[in-house]
Amino acid sequence: MTGRLRVVAAMSGGVDSAVAAARAVEAGHDVTGVHLALSRNPASYRSGARGCCTIEDSNDARRAADVIGIPFYVWDMSAEFHDDVVVDFMDEYAAGRTPNPCLRCNEKIKFAAVLDRALALGFDAVATGHYAQLRTGADGLVELHRAGDTAKDQSYVLGVLDQSQLAHSLFPLGDSEKPAVRREAAERGLLVADKPDSTDICFVADGDNTGWLAEKLGDRAPNHGGDIVDDATGEVLGRHTGTYGYTIGQRKGLRIGRPAPDGKPRFVLDIEPVSGTVRVGPRAGLRVDALRADRPRWCGAAPSPGAPMACTVQLRAHGAEHRAELRVDDDGEGTQTVHVDLLDPAEGIAPGQAVVVYDGTRVVGSATIAATVRATATATSATAAAGAAR
Amino acid sequence: MSETSPLPAAPRRAYLDHAATTPMRVEAREALVAHLDLVGNPSSLHAAGREARRVVEESRETVADALGCRPGEVVLTAGGTESDNLALKGLFWSRRAADPRRVRVLVSAVEHHAVLDTAVWLAEHEGATLELLPVDARGRLDVAALEATLVADPTSVALVSVMWANNETGVLQPVEAVVAAAHAHGVPVHTDAIQAVGSVPVDVAASGVDLLTATAHKVGGPHGAGVLVARRGLDLTPLLHGGGQERDLRSGTVGVPAVAGLAAAFESAVKEQVDHATRVSHLRDTLVEGVRAVVPDVVLNGGDAEKLPGIANLRFPECEGDSLLMLLDAQGVEVSTGSACSAGVPQASHVLLAMGQSEEEARSSLRFSLGHTSTEADVAALVAAIGPVVERARTATRRVRR
Repeated sequence: MTGRLRVVAAMSGGVDSAVAAARAVEAGHDVTGVHLALSRNPASYRSGARGCCTIEDSNDARRAADVIGIPFYVWDMSAEFHDDVVVDFMDEYAAGRTPNPCLRCNEKIKFAAVLDRALALGFDAVATGHYAQLRTGADGLVELHRAGDTAKDQSYVLGVLDQSQLAHSLFPLGDSEKPAVRREAAERGLLVADKPDSTDICFVADGDNTGWLAEKLGDRAPNHGGDIVDDATGEVLGRHTGTYGYTIGQRKGLRIGRPAPDGKPRFVLDIEPVSGTVRVGPRAGLRVDALRADRPRWCGAAPSPGAPMACTVQLRAHGAEHRAELRVDDDGEGTQTVHVDLLDPAEGIAPGQAVVVYDGTRVVGSATIAATVRATATATSATAAAGAAR
Repeated sequence: MSETSPLPAAPRRAYLDHAATTPMRVEAREALVAHLDLVGNPSSLHAAGREARRVVEESRETVADALGCRPGEVVLTAGGTESDNLALKGLFWSRRAADPRRVRVLVSAVEHHAVLDTAVWLAEHEGATLELLPVDARGRLDVAALEATLVADPTSVALVSVMWANNETGVLQPVEAVVAAAHAHGVPVHTDAIQAVGSVPVDVAASGVDLLTATAHKVGGPHGAGVLVARRGLDLTPLLHGGGQERDLRSGTVGVPAVAGLAAAFESAVKEQVDHATRVSHLRDTLVEGVRAVVPDVVLNGGDAEKLPGIANLRFPECEGDSLLMLLDAQGVEVSTGSACSAGVPQASHVLLAMGQSEEEARSSLRFSLGHTSTEADVAALVAAIGPVVERARTATRRVRR
């Protein structure tokens, strides 16, 4: 998009979105700051200085808008956020999967509910403080690329955006490095210049995922006790009080009384939501050589079904890049399944996480991991578990 | 690009939010500024102190004249919220201390949060039993319901609080009937008259209320200055302890310049009340008719109930009130959704909900409030802007719903 645009700057109260809003103004756009209220009762989510749901964050965003000199409003997105992000988060854990609520929020809230409302109210675009770059491709489509600062790159959590969303997005920080953004915030007189980055899930207080899930899931399955089982021998090693407390690849907090016979640490290899069984074993059992994913979302043109495509994939936020070969199957009724063979094996990948597909720095799209496969392993229990959870 | 082109920017601001706060009157500013350099503390015994005290007492007499009470009944406070807190807590504590059976607090369901939240606090922390008195669909208190609950057990009632006029809808409450009902059982009555003073005749003595709240900044006075009129002989437990400056009911050095500004504002507002009411009610009617001509399905909240002259609360079906507010703001027209904000999160108005509206209906309303600086041009600016704004807000509602 070019020219002077009417822009909604989504302002979390953090330094990145504040500088992004200021840069959008400097680029000549007509900018309105909007803080998203994601909880009707801000105190009911996390409290403290970080995050995106506190009254302090709302005030920080307001003060940043004052300093930048733009109008500022709070938009109540609490109902949408609860229905599309928080409930999904609980459902996914209840099904034994490991969701990423930030992707979900980008897909359903920031670049959907907020963008729709902004467009309807006469705005042209939504600007955020994400570290990612937009370019116009040879085909005229808007391409999403990794940020210039690869350490801060957030293209992974934006991999769920389709062309209609990207065409109305602005990421003014895409070519910047974080320290420079902080310096710029200080130079602009923004009081949030030194505010710590938010790292935890914004609606979970103190980063206590397990405690939060225990409270919210209550008696819902699989919040019942279950066995912790040795994946190789089937021997019951212990009990747990809810599978949501476990993630594939987890080593700490297994509460198994005795060590493995070889003295090496055990890891969670698999979670069976129906039986509530958590399977543990050696690190080698975490190796993933291939995966299957569904619900793909393509940023631009979708890959041709059936044709193998060389690409790289990222399997978690700030995770490594893996060389891979991708194949999309289309059942003819519009449902696509994505098969990924990893040339560089991964470790500890959980169903529910997103696989984001790259062609160089360009994001091709993303899909939700349904099952993982170990080429060399005898047990393919992760596949079985994911199948059972569907 | 969106298919809708940007709305043209408006050159001037039209301030239609006088119920939130009013521009300062010239005479209030002059009185305030004139006393900024006065040195004395009104509690000091020397000449400077006496001079400051004289200003405070003359101001108190002016306020008493304006409100129809005795100077000794005027307690100077930091504003309406403090006055409401002192009224409810002070009366609850003293009445219950005198008779431990008195725990029921009867307040209308459409009170301002300064009263409502104070009553809720008394219930949650001080053992009060809170009863919210219902209103009809027009937002007017159901006096029969009040009488019924009083009669059921009069000895257990600590107090009744019903506002003179509602701050969101402008609907006038039957204060005289409330006083008659409560006094028949010896129960004292507080009324929050913040919106009423200067807009309708307010005479404390004639009304018979025991406690009345008013504040300066709603009638062209400074922020941070209010009064609680407390009938002589009424026992109140203080909130703020210290020097006992205000009849031992309220401690803290009296802010002389603000009090001088408050008195000047009350004096002018009450003196001009009749002309003001005639003028702004005409503007208000022009506003409602003008908006209705452009948006035929607009609904006047409160219907044909008797209202303050300067407030029109309108419901725009299929619109989000906060979308309308933002779009009007961008056009230079400043209005309110009339609802309380916590961290700026728009909540559906408890007043409109109490009138039987659904959450969706309540969220689609805007409050327009006129005051002493309002002009035909302000109303014209709104009427010119409202059509496209409503159209766009409706588009937004439909899109988000899909």
